[in-house]
Amino acid sequence: MQNRKILEEKFFLWLMRLVTLSIILVFLFIMGIIIKKGFHAMTWEMISQEPKGGFYFGKGGGILNAIVGSLYLALGSTFFGLLLGLPVALGMNVHWITKTRFVGALRFLLDALWGVPSIVFGAFGFALMAYLGLRASLLAGIITVTLFIVPIFIRAFDEVLRTVPEGLMEAAYSLGANKTQIAFTVFFRQALPGFITAILLAFGRGIGDAASVLFTAGYTDHIPQTIQDPTATLPLAIFFQLSSPIPEVKARAYAAALILTIIILIISVVSRLSTRRFKKNIL
Amino acid sequence: MSASYPIPGNKIRLTESFDAGFLEEPSFKAGSLDADGQIEQSISTPQQNAYSTNDQKAPAILSIKNFNVQAAGSTILKNINLEIPKGKITVLLGPSGCGKTTLLKCLNRLSDLHPSLKVNGKILIDGEDIFHPTQDLTKIRQKMGLLSQRPFPLPMSIYKNIAYGLKIKGIRDKKVIKEKVEKHLKDVGLWEEVKDRLHGPAARLSIGQQQRLCLARGLAVGPEIILADEPTSALDPISSRKIEEEFLRLKEDYTLIVVTHILRQARRLADHIVFMYFGEVIEQGTPDEIFNHPKSDILKQYLQSGH
Ligand SMILES: Nc1ncnc2c1ncn2[C@@H]1O[C@H](COP(=O)(O)OP(=O)(O)OP(=O)(O)O)[C@@H](O)[C@H]1O
Ligand SMILES: [Mg+2]
Repeated sequence: MQNRKILEEKFFLWLMRLVTLSIILVFLFIMGIIIKKGFHAMTWEMISQEPKGGFYFGKGGGILNAIVGSLYLALGSTFFGLLLGLPVALGMNVHWITKTRFVGALRFLLDALWGVPSIVFGAFGFALMAYLGLRASLLAGIITVTLFIVPIFIRAFDEVLRTVPEGLMEAAYSLGANKTQIAFTVFFRQALPGFITAILLAFGRGIGDAASVLFTAGYTDHIPQTIQDPTATLPLAIFFQLSSPIPEVKARAYAAALILTIIILIISVVSRLSTRRFKKNIL
Repeated sequence: MSASYPIPGNKIRLTESFDAGFLEEPSFKAGSLDADGQIEQSISTPQQNAYSTNDQKAPAILSIKNFNVQAAGSTILKNINLEIPKGKITVLLGPSGCGKTTLLKCLNRLSDLHPSLKVNGKILIDGEDIFHPTQDLTKIRQKMGLLSQRPFPLPMSIYKNIAYGLKIKGIRDKKVIKEKVEKHLKDVGLWEEVKDRLHGPAARLSIGQQQRLCLARGLAVGPEIILADEPTSALDPISSRKIEEEFLRLKEDYTLIVVTHILRQARRLADHIVFMYFGEVIEQGTPDEIFNHPKSDILKQYLQSGH
């Protein structure tokens, strides 16, 4: 009996090690390929300049337009996603806590929306654009990506908030706090590290998604000057360049992929470090 | 306290059919020493009842009338009628799941947070119905400090944990807040231990310290009643004793309702004991009556298995 338990323990320990190792290997493999294929195209010019004439035939310039465009788009939609998502998530866990049916239905709906492929949001955004009389632009892109990441935001926040212990909420209520005070002092603080992870998740989806911006954000070789200008994005920059038969251009696609990956890595690391500061007060 | 000298023939019935209407008379809320004596005289009634008690010289601060709680078809609390004497420690005893926590939470209207709970009946504090729809919840909740079964410090510093309730009360003056924080930390005997790390996270305190912090936090809002749900269940014997001593001191200024499973603790603390079983109040009385002269079989069994 004792032996079996030890064996079981060992088995799962090794299984876990194996799985962890394979995940790391896959990650390294992906990174390896991107670096190998894109490294020699990774020049300072690549990240500091807009495309010049003939860029797509292997001539000079860079993808600054796509980097800036993607950041604008992701930051804009993360901001609006946060603005819409946070109150709803707080509402679901504080204000409407007694309306279990409503909240349950809302959760179900949001989960369904989470599962909807981003191309569908792209198509919806496109239809919305026509209705609003917008052309492909940063604004239209932000609206579409916001719609696409809001369900992610809300549900991720919601899951974080659900981990706030009931007793903590009761403690705050018993001190006479009202719902809004509880939402913003207790819940918000307790959930802050989780929030940051949720924001990161949504930001990552926003910056990395190609399908939702395909029709809505357009593509241009310039950095958008106003919110109504069309904008380039990294995923589309990768897509267009990768479809080129010219090897130099293909290499640039990998360089663009590398840049996208690095941006996401930087954001992860920074947010991890910043959450550490907030974690100390948490139960 | 005035309640400590005996007045012959002074017996207040404390039964389930007890009509506490007279308690709502304004004269009864006067808590002064002389007034107490007079009131006690005037309400002395020779009525006898099987489960009557004679420790009740204090007026009731809280009266629970025909109080029922249901959840999903099952009855959690059934026709509870209780008078909680002012300035005393009332101990709630009863086996696990008999509804003690539920009753305490209802007193603080935390039942609002659980839509599945159907509440009816009345709970009067100072003559005001806690469950009245237009009741000011902040006011009602601040009349009671709740100490839950497990301590839940707020996710902020030790200092802010206590300042939180004060800020809700609208106290903004930094100096006043500072004084109160110090006072209440001293009240619960935590000051010496934490005075150098007031701005450190409360979550880093030991569980016993957290429990005392939660008590201080509750005291800071200036309640009349302290509701303590198994306040020492997570504590070592020394910390438990500290809390108990604290409670006995607090009795001077507050009314306490304490839930415990520790019969010795009940003996040490209680002025009045309420025994509950499956959502009903079975018996109540002084520690002497409950422990030495239990009347119902259920209580007898409970006490036997508890020793
Ligand atoms: N929100 C709720 N919905 C449904 N049932 C509930 C709810 N809260 C409590 N109950 C039920 O009410 C009964 C009493 O629970 P309560 O927590 O008041 O018991 P207790 O006397 O405090 O027990 P213990 O001594 O173990 O703490 C239990 O059967 C419990 O399952
Ligand atoms: Mg309990």
